[in-house]
Amino acid sequence: MSGPILQLRDVSLSFQGIKALNALSFEVARGEICALIGPNGAGKSSLLNIINGVYRADSGSVTFNGEQFIRIRPAHAAHLGVGRTFQHNALFRHLSVLDNVLAGLIRHSRTTLLEHAFGVGRDRRETREFKRRADEIIAFLDLTRHRDTVVATLPYGVQKRVDLARALVGRPSLLLLDEPMAGMNQDEKHEMSRLILETNASLGTTIVLIEHDMSVVMGLSHHVVVLDYGRKVGDGSPEEVRKNPDVIAAYLGTAH
Amino acid sequence: MSTIGTEAIEGFNPSHETVQSTRDRLRAGSVVVLLAALAGIPLVANDYWLNAVLIPFLIMSLTALGLNLLMGYAGQASLGSGGFMSVGAYATYNLLLRLPELPLPVSLLLGGIISGLVGVIAGLPSLRIKGFYLVASTLATQFLLEWLFNQYGWFSNYSTSSSISAPRLAFLGHDLSSPTGRYLLTLTTVVVVTAVAARLARSQTGRAWMAIRDMDTAASVIGVPVSAGKLKAFFVSSLVIGIAGALWAFAYLGTVDARSFNLDRSFQVMFAIIIGGMGSISGNFLGAAFMIFVPILLDHFGGGVFGGAVDPGQLENFQKALFGALIVWFLIKEPRGLAALLSRAWTRLASRINR
Repeated sequence: MSGPILQLRDVSLSFQGIKALNALSFEVARGEICALIGPNGAGKSSLLNIINGVYRADSGSVTFNGEQFIRIRPAHAAHLGVGRTFQHNALFRHLSVLDNVLAGLIRHSRTTLLEHAFGVGRDRRETREFKRRADEIIAFLDLTRHRDTVVATLPYGVQKRVDLARALVGRPSLLLLDEPMAGMNQDEKHEMSRLILETNASLGTTIVLIEHDMSVVMGLSHHVVVLDYGRKVGDGSPEEVRKNPDVIAAYLGTAH
Repeated sequence: MSTIGTEAIEGFNPSHETVQSTRDRLRAGSVVVLLAALAGIPLVANDYWLNAVLIPFLIMSLTALGLNLLMGYAGQASLGSGGFMSVGAYATYNLLLRLPELPLPVSLLLGGIISGLVGVIAGLPSLRIKGFYLVASTLATQFLLEWLFNQYGWFSNYSTSSSISAPRLAFLGHDLSSPTGRYLLTLTTVVVVTAVAARLARSQTGRAWMAIRDMDTAASVIGVPVSAGKLKAFFVSSLVIGIAGALWAFAYLGTVDARSFNLDRSFQVMFAIIIGGMGSISGNFLGAAFMIFVPILLDHFGGGVFGGAVDPGQLENFQKALFGALIVWFLIKEPRGLAALLSRAWTRLASRINR
C-alpha cells in the first residue's frame, strides 16, 4: 500500500475547556522515524493517545493505512497494527519478562478457554509458536538473560526495553514510543537509539516517538514535528526544523 | 548494554538456574508425597478426622482456589463467594433431584456451570467499576442470592424446614455416603479441578488475567481483551466455587442450607486467600489449612491452658481477634501470603542442597 501510513487532519482536543491540541495536521510516511518534540504540556502524549484510541478527538480525523476513523478503541487499534510503549512504566510488574512479552501476542491468539484449560486442540502448538516469537524479540532486544526475571526487580533502563519488546512482538506496522529514553543515562540512550534504528531498518516498522533530548532526536529521526501549546510550529527534516525561526523561538531557543 | 545493577545481580548467584530446577523438583516431589498421603489417609484416620477436618479443609481449599482465580489472578475483588457456593449447591441438588439419571460427576459439573453463568452476570459491573465499588456490587450479589433461595421454595423443593437433606451420593453403583466415600469424592474432585485450574492459570487465559490485574489500561492498549478476560475470570471462578458449594452441602454437611453460605463464608474464603497467598495455587491449600486447623488447635490449646476456666464464648472471640490480627500482619508483612514463605523455604533448601 502506498501513501502515508498515518494522516491526521485538523485534530483538536480539549480538557475542560483547555485546548490540548488545536487543529493539528500532519502525515507520517511509511517506513520513517518521526519525532514529536515540544515543551512539556505541548500535547505530545495526548496526540499519541488519540492515535491509538485512548482519547477521543473533539474534531478532526485520523487516517491509518487508508482507513479513516473518528473514534477507535485501543484494542481495535492494536488489532489494526498500532503498537505502543508508555512514558511511565506500564509493565505487568508481577510477571516475568517472557510473560510480559507473551501478553503482547494475546491479540493474535486463535485458541479458546477450553483449549487453555485442558491443553487440547491448537493450544500446545500456539503456545510453542508464541514462545518462539517472544524469544526472538527478547533476543533481538538483548533481553535473553533477563527472560525469566520478574520485571519489577529489573533496572529502569531494562524495563524500558521490555516495554518495547512487548509492543514489538505483535509486529505492529506503526509503533508509538512515548519517551522511550526518559530517565536513561547516556549509554542506555545510545543503546536504545540503536535498537530503535534497527527495529526500523530490519523490521520495517514505522515509528512515531516523543523525545526531549535534541541530540538523540536529530540523530535518530527522518522527520520532526514540533508542537507548542497544541499547535504545530514546525514540520520537516531535522535540518529544516533546526533552522526554522518559529521552532527556535518556541522551543529550541527557550531554556528549560 | 549492561548497567552496574544487572551485573551485580547476575554475579551474585551464578548457579541460579540449578537452584531453580532443584527447587522445582523439590516442589513437585512434595506435591506427589502430599497427594499419596491424602489418598492413603482413609486407611488410618478415624471418621472424626475425615468428617470434621479433612473434608472441610479440602472443600475450603477448592473454594479459595475459585476466588483466587478471580481476585488473585484477575484482580477482581469479590465478596460473593458464599452466594456462588449456594448457587452450586442448589443447582446440583435440583439436578440430582429432577434428573436422577445423570451420573454424579455430570450433575456436579452442570451445577458448577450454572454457578459460573450466574457469576458472569454478577461480573458485568466489573466492566465499568473496580476496586471497592466492585466489592460492593458483589456484596449485593451475595445478599440477593441469599434472599432468592430463602424466598422461592422451588429451589429447595418446597421443603418446610430451611435445610433440606441431600440425596444419596452414588457413582457407578458405589455408595459414597460413608465418610470414606465422601472424602474420596471430595479429594478426587479437588485434585481434578485444581489440576485444570493450575493449567489454566499458566496458560494464555491466566496471562491475560494477570495482565488485567497488573495494569488494565496497558493491557487494553496492547490488545488484551480486557472485558472478555474479566467475564471469563468470573465464569471460571464461580464455576469452581459452585462445585465447592455442592461438595460443602453434599459431602460435608449432608444438607443444603442457605445459612451456611452467608457473608461470613465469603469473608472466610477471602481471608483464606489473603493468608495463603493471592495469585498462587498452593496458597489456597495453605490458607484453607490455616482457616480450618488453627481454630481446632486454638480449641485444644485454649482448653488445655485455661482448663475450662475461660468461657468458651470468650475463647471464640479471642480466636476472631487473633485471626483479624494475623490478617493485618500478613497484609503488611507478606502480601503474597504463606505461599511466598513456603516458596522462599524451598529456594533456601534447594540452594543448600546445591552447595
